Order: sequence, then C-alpha cells, then structure tokens
Amino acid sequence: MGATPLLQVEGVTLDYRAGQRLVRAAYRVSFNVLESDRFVVLGPSGCGKSTILKAIGGYIPPVEGRIVLGGSPIHGPGPDRIFVFQEFDQLLPWKTVRENIVFALTASGKLGRAEAVDRAQHFLRKVNLADSAHSYPHTLSGGMKQRVAIARALAMEPRMLLMDEPFAALDALTRARMQEELLELWGETKSTILFVTHSIPEAIRIGNRILLLSAHPGQVKAELNSSSAPGLASRIEELLFDGKMAGGAHA
Amino acid sequence: MLEGAPKMDRPETFSTVAKTFESVEQPIGAWEKLCNNASARRVVLLIVLASAWELYARLLNKPLLFPTFGETASALVGSVSSGELPKAAWYTVNLLLEGYGVGLLLAAALTAFANVSRIGADLLETLTSMFHPLPSIALLPIALIWFPLGEGGIVFVLIHAVVWSVALNTHAGFRSVSPTWRMVGRNYGLSEFRYILRILIPGAFPSILTGLKTGWAFAWRTVIAAEMVYGASGGSGGIGRYIDENTMVLRTPDVYAGLLTVIIFGLIVEHVVFRTIENRTVRRWGMQG
Repeated sequence: MGATPLLQVEGVTLDYRAGQRLVRAAYRVSFNVLESDRFVVLGPSGCGKSTILKAIGGYIPPVEGRIVLGGSPIHGPGPDRIFVFQEFDQLLPWKTVRENIVFALTASGKLGRAEAVDRAQHFLRKVNLADSAHSYPHTLSGGMKQRVAIARALAMEPRMLLMDEPFAALDALTRARMQEELLELWGETKSTILFVTHSIPEAIRIGNRILLLSAHPGQVKAELNSSSAPGLASRIEELLFDGKMAGGAHA
Repeated sequence: MLEGAPKMDRPETFSTVAKTFESVEQPIGAWEKLCNNASARRVVLLIVLASAWELYARLLNKPLLFPTFGETASALVGSVSSGELPKAAWYTVNLLLEGYGVGLLLAAALTAFANVSRIGADLLETLTSMFHPLPSIALLPIALIWFPLGEGGIVFVLIHAVVWSVALNTHAGFRSVSPTWRMVGRNYGLSEFRYILRILIPGAFPSILTGLKTGWAFAWRTVIAAEMVYGASGGSGGIGRYIDENTMVLRTPDVYAGLLTVIIFGLIVEHVVFRTIENRTVRRWGMQG
C-alpha cells in the first residue's frame, strides 16, 4: 500500500501518575493508521491501550516518540479527533440530546447554530433517536446514550474517531446490535476509526486491522489483518497469552 | 460434554406474541388526589397548628405574653395596610440583597483564583476553614466599631455570612466535576473562560446551588439579628428594628406579626424561589444527589 498514513505513532512511550508512583503504560509503541481504517487496538486490561488513545487525543504527552496526524505533530486535544468514551456520563446532563450535539458543533466553531441544529437532527435520525432529541440524557438507556455519543462524534466529522471501549458497559445483546450499527454507519461515512477493546470477538467484528498489545507496559506484539477466516480468534489468543491457552477452550 | 443435565426428551415450543398492549388506567378518586398533594397536606397542617395556637392563647389569656393567632393576624394586616411593615421588609430585603450580591462576587473571585492556581486553592481552603465556623453575629461588635452608623456594618456581617459557604461549595463542586465531562469539554477546544462557563459551572451546579441556599439561610438569619443590634442607632429600619421597637412598647401582637413576616419570607424564598431553580436545573438534568 502506497498511501501515506493519516496517523503515525512512532516509538511512543507513555507514563501516567498513580498516586505517588509513575507507572509506565506503554513502551515504544509504533503503528500507522490509514484513511478510512477501522483500526482496532486489542489487549488485556493494563496494556495501556486507553492511555495510548488518550495520548492520540492529546490529553497525555508522550515521554518518548511522537504522534503525527496528517503530517503535523499533535499538541493537545482538538475537535479534529473526537472521543467516544466507555462512560455513560460522556453526554452533558444539563443539555438535551440534540443540544449535546449542537453544543459540540458550535463550541468548536464548526457551524453556526442553525446549521448545527439541522446536522444534529440528521445524525440523530441516522442512529434512530430523532424522537429523543428533546430528552435529557438521564432519561435514556445506556445503549441510547452511547448512540447519541456516536452521533455527536460523527456529526463533528473529525479526521479521526477515537473510541475507547464504547460498548464495554452494555449488555451483550445491545452490544452486538451496536457493533452492527457502527459498521453500517461506517459504510455510509467511511470515517477513520481507532477503536480500543479487550474483546477478541469485538476486535474481529469491528476492525479491518488489529494491533495486539502485551500488558505492563503495553508493547506491540503483532499487527494483523482482520478477516472472517475461522482460525483468527485462536491465533490472536495464542499470540496474546503466549500459547498458554492453547489446547484449552479451543482445541 | 458436561454430564448431569436431565435426559428427558422435550419438544421445542414457539408462540406468537401480541404486538401492542393497551395501557390499563384506573381513575383516582378526588380524596386520594387530595391526599397525594403535598401542598394540600401542608395547608391542612398549618390550619391545625393555627387553631391549636388560637385555642392555647385563649386558655392562657395573657395577651402581653402570648397573643392569640387572631390578634397576631389582625396586627399583621394592620401593619401591612399602614405600610409600616412593607417598608420595613423592603428595607431588609434591599440590605440583604446588597450583602448577598457582594458576597457572591467575592466568592466568585475567590473560587476563580483557587481554580487557576494552587496558592489560590490553599488560600481559599485556609480562609474558609478559619472563618466558616465563625458566626456572623460574633463579628457585630467589630462591625459596630468600624461602622458606628448606618448600614455598612450590617452589609459587612452579611458578606461574611454568605461568602464562605458559597465559596466552599463552589470550590468543592468544581473539584468534583466528572473527568469525562472535562475531557469532552477539552475535546471541543473551548477557551479557558468558556470551559469554566459551559462545563465547570453547570457540572458543579448542584454544589453551587447548595452553597447559594446555605448562604441565603445564613444571610437571612444574620440580617434580622444585626438589625436588632443596630436598631437603636440607625435612622430608618427593617423588620429586625420593627420587632425590636414593638417589644420596647409591649405591642406583643406586632412583635409576633414581625416574626411571622420573617417566617413567610423564609418560606417563599426556600419553597418558591430555590425550589423553582432546582426544578428547572438539577432536577430536570437528573443531577440532584
């Protein structure tokens, strides 16, 4: 592939402060994300995958290495990379569903109020929540809140969507449906998605490219192409757990 | 395979599910409706209390010590229609709003400073832990020395009554704003000022409102007490002075009428003003603790 990558992560090492100690979350992680990729970062808890995503979001500066988006290094958070968090409280509770999207668009200076309202309505229809436009977030279910957060992120038309285990707190049935919906939306917008998860089936379902990380600190173990080939899940498991699971559940 | 599940041969079953259900509504009787209405219950309770007051005062028959409810009510009506009590109440409320307003501005400045620097936060925390437990009334002697005449002294103690609880609660509220909302706000690239205005203040609003309510309650108690102490020296006066003067001349029903006015104002602000703000903000947003 000759395309220049949209995002380049080059030898990035990340630390975060936990009380008195400085904990190394990721060590010399490198990968490239291409335009319209559904790039999944997969690893066990404690592999620093969320920290990597926050660094790309601009919330944490790397202690080593650099992160380059579209040719220029990242300085701090910005509306060209929109986050979708795992937490249900990512919607601002003092604004209605529609105002949450409108606020995102107007506060970042992307659109004037009238166009922002139109676009908010458009994306709410896309996630089947047009009827809840005037509801306050606390009246929605967890799945609906995550849908609004996705609609808000898509409405911003960022260069990259940063999704931090957005479906992890949902029940299994809702989760499966949300994965389906996300793929449908991607089919329409072809947005570049960086998706963090600890679930192997989710990674295979969502991603077209999967980065495997080891834990404490996170280091790159492999970068795979996702496919529906039957052996992929057990191959990933073998890579993640150094073959210790082999012969267990998946004989 | 796992062993132990029953081996009985059972057919799989399927059934059709009704599409919609009509909601079952039961009409509620008028009496039940009345019992479910909190304000109706309170009104009934107030009538019972007023009757008990009337009955006891009549049995006691010492109007100088304990006038009946009827006498108090007619004194209240008399003072209101003569314009004496409304004037006093207007004076008190003006004074109160002045002190409350300045107190809020000062609290805002303190919290803003605490929000931008660590020294500011230390200053706020040290000052509040020193002065918050100090009753405003305890400052009245100093206020009398500094402002021997007029309203300056009352406003001074009012500011003290308001500023610490508002600053303390706002500061605590800012600190407890969810890290996710902070990240969302930063994600849109908000300027520092708009970040405080659009994310921190609404995010901390439940705490801020608690501060405003506590501040108001302190201020209301303080202004009445301060007026009584200042009463003798000032020219015009508020409700506190009205109560004080009527006590001097033993017009007990008017004293009671003054107290009743204090209660009514307190109730209106608590249950109408602050309740309305609460219903339109933290309750609607599902943010009340």
